Parts: sequence; structure tokens; C-alpha cells
Amino acid sequence: MKDLNTKRQSERQLALKKLSIWTISWVASQALVIFGSLLLWPESPLLKIASLSINVLLGIQMILANRHLFKKLDELERLLQLEALAWTLGLTLVIGLAYSSLDIINLIPFDAEISYLVMFMGITYFISLTINKKRYE
Amino acid sequence: MKNKIRDLRAEKSWTQEDLAKAVGVSRQTINAIEKGKFDPSLPTAFRLSKLFQKPIEDLFDFNEES
Repeated sequence: MKDLNTKRQSERQLALKKLSIWTISWVASQALVIFGSLLLWPESPLLKIASLSINVLLGIQMILANRHLFKKLDELERLLQLEALAWTLGLTLVIGLAYSSLDIINLIPFDAEISYLVMFMGITYFISLTINKKRYE
Repeated sequence: MKNKIRDLRAEKSWTQEDLAKAVGVSRQTINAIEKGKFDPSLPTAFRLSKLFQKPIEDLFDFNEES
């Protein structure tokens, strides 16, 4: 049998590797923006803007690498990702706005931090993907 | 959609992994197709047709209501 999968697998591994590199770079740049601006260059707006610009550019590269990886997935894998992303986007929108409203109407004794929303997105995506994989087993 | 992929694969003594490699999808995708939980794309259906040397309509039982 002709092995169509070998090429696909190697391309996917490469795409995954690129995504990992861009993701690590983006996370590192996020730390640089925060800690650099607070500890290393607190008085320099230019360096703050420069570090933030690098952070955004690396983030865009990460998004493009993720898009590239999606193109290397097979049809069922794409469907699983699409469903997981649909749940993540929808729940983040609904829960995120509800969470923000809690803060606005003073029903929580602290500020609504975006970091909680990012954690919520990650957990929602992971759970959705796991459930979808089980559904198609 | 019902299909005969599992039977045809068994006739050739191939594993799901063997078939997945031959048509360029994951083993999980072959498993989902065999169980009728997932309908393959047109290119995958044609690859399966070519591999088993049977027309697509012999592999898949298309029913509008299913």
C-alpha cells in the first residue's frame, strides 16, 4: 500500500514544532513586557512600546502557525478542533461578559481580571476537545 | 452513513492503522468512519474506492434520512 500518511505526519510534526516555538516565544515576550516594564525600563515609554510591539508580532506569528497546523490535520481532526473552538469562543463570550457584569454591578468583591478568562478559555478548550474525541471513538 | 469499510479491510487483513496510512488520515478517523460516526470527505472516499477497487456506492450506503 502506498503510504500517504508518512508525508502528512512529517509535515504535521514540523507544523507542530513551529507552533511550539512561536508559542514559547510569545509567552516569553509577554513576561518581558510585564517584568521589563515594571523592573527593567519603568521610565522608558519607548522600550515599553517596543516590547509590546514585539509581543504582538510574535502573537500574530503564533496564530499563523496554528492556522498552518490546522491545514495539516485530517478531516475528522479538523472537525474536532472546530467544535472545540466553537465551544471555547461561545462560552468565553457569554461567561466573559457575565463575569465582567459581575464586576460592574459590584456582585464580586474584586476586579474582573482577564487572566481568569484566559485560564477559562484554556480549560474549556481542553475539556471540549477531550469530550469530542471520546464522541468519535 | 453505513459503509462496508470494516468488512473490506478485514478481507485484506489490514489493521485500521494500515488503512489510515494508505489513505492519509488518522487511525481515529478510520475508526469513526467504520462505526458510521463520521462521513469521510470526497477525496478520502475516492482514495478508499481506489484502494478497494470498488465504486464509491459499493462502499457507502447513502441514505438522505440518516
